[in-house]
Amino acid sequence: MRIGYYPGCAITTGSSSEEYGTSVLRVSQVIGPELEEIHDWNCCGASSAHATNHKLSTALSIRNISLAEKYGFKEILAPCPMCSQRLIISQKDVADDEKLKKEVEDAIEMPCNSGVKILNYLELIKNYCMDDIAKNLKKTPKDLKIASYYGCLLVRPPKVLQFDDPEDPKSMDEIVKAIGAKPVEWEFKTNCCGGGFTLSRTDVVLKLTNDILEGAVEAGADAIAVACPMCHANLDMRQKKIEKEYNRKFNIPIVYISELIGLALDLGAISLGLNKHFVETESVVNAFS
Amino acid sequence: MKIKISLNESSSDFAKEVEERSGIKVRECYQCGKCTAGCPVAYEMDYMPNQIIRFVQIGAKREALTSRTIWLCASCITCTTRCPKEVKIAELMDVLREMSLEEGLANPLEKNITTFHKSFLNSIKKHGRISELWMLNEYKMKRPKTALQDLVVAPQLISKGKLSFLPHDIKGKDVIKRIFEKCE
Repeated sequence: MRIGYYPGCAITTGSSSEEYGTSVLRVSQVIGPELEEIHDWNCCGASSAHATNHKLSTALSIRNISLAEKYGFKEILAPCPMCSQRLIISQKDVADDEKLKKEVEDAIEMPCNSGVKILNYLELIKNYCMDDIAKNLKKTPKDLKIASYYGCLLVRPPKVLQFDDPEDPKSMDEIVKAIGAKPVEWEFKTNCCGGGFTLSRTDVVLKLTNDILEGAVEAGADAIAVACPMCHANLDMRQKKIEKEYNRKFNIPIVYISELIGLALDLGAISLGLNKHFVETESVVNAFS
Repeated sequence: MKIKISLNESSSDFAKEVEERSGIKVRECYQCGKCTAGCPVAYEMDYMPNQIIRFVQIGAKREALTSRTIWLCASCITCTTRCPKEVKIAELMDVLREMSLEEGLANPLEKNITTFHKSFLNSIKKHGRISELWMLNEYKMKRPKTALQDLVVAPQLISKGKLSFLPHDIKGKDVIKRIFEKCE
């Protein structure tokens, strides 16, 4: 089983969320499936493209899908949900609009007829890895309560993405259970963290993330699990600033679901990038024994 | 709250223009307000999301395209998900932002957001991918007032090896440049 790997800009080495990419690749080395980077991929354009230029946004995304098709991939993993969402939406937009499709093909200088399936990370694990996680489980955490935080882009728009429940998703909670941790019930699973406003309207991000962190702590979570680099940056990198702004202390680790899986497989914390966080992750690492 | 709006003879075409351009059925909206009730950023907006739809319906083009709301929409898509009439509100915000830029009507009070988008896209245009450090650099030079707030985290990112100094140019960067030329 060979799956095209589209890391996107935020999680490649030397980027702000590199530990997500590091841990996704490390885990796949142990339980598969084999991930092969799509040669010469480009940025999907993210919010800045779709918010200002629909055609540009579509063309930037589709070029990557066409490259994947050219190299013979049937499926692509895009661990960043901004990327997976943009790729899936663009794929639907060109399928629904013949004129747009022609313009995009002209712009990217490649055909786009793809039936390539785009997977987010939770979907990859659910479709291919649950049995192998169970078989390779080396460490289970003692009483580790996790708030699974999905954010916006994994589940919305539901009509296009068709993944999990947009109001009360369960796929990440299932993975948390599979590694022996306890998912908590909480109300902020799919609330917005402010996403791309982290630099331009930091005040908005601080308010939204303060609510999310408070919700997780009130639900009794020891840590929050995420599968999105923007969610991670806003909850982890900005946590000190949130604490300062709202004059309180959270000190709650924000971990990628791939890092949790890696800890359960007994892969070293440093090899998973757990030393790269802003909020200390030691309490989570030590819970696995 | 009373809102004074300016309508003229071309106003009636606005809803049609938006619908034709986007395929979004703006005229279906019956103003139930569910979009506004679930919007996480409504508290910062000058007009509520349902008011923006109303502006489009009645042809108050200027009010819609100069609003801060269209820029403050975080594209979380909660509104579209919950709309009982299946109006794609978040996607409508994309179209309105695009039109606002085309007509030079983007609200200057949200210049941080529009400048960020520009810096982000410039990095892709130049390298094919985002070079976070150089994108940040361009943005901070243009919006110096925002520089201070990240003085704490930037050195930490660098010391963790998470802010690379070298931009990565993709091989197909000329194609990317041409994509921009054809789409802009």
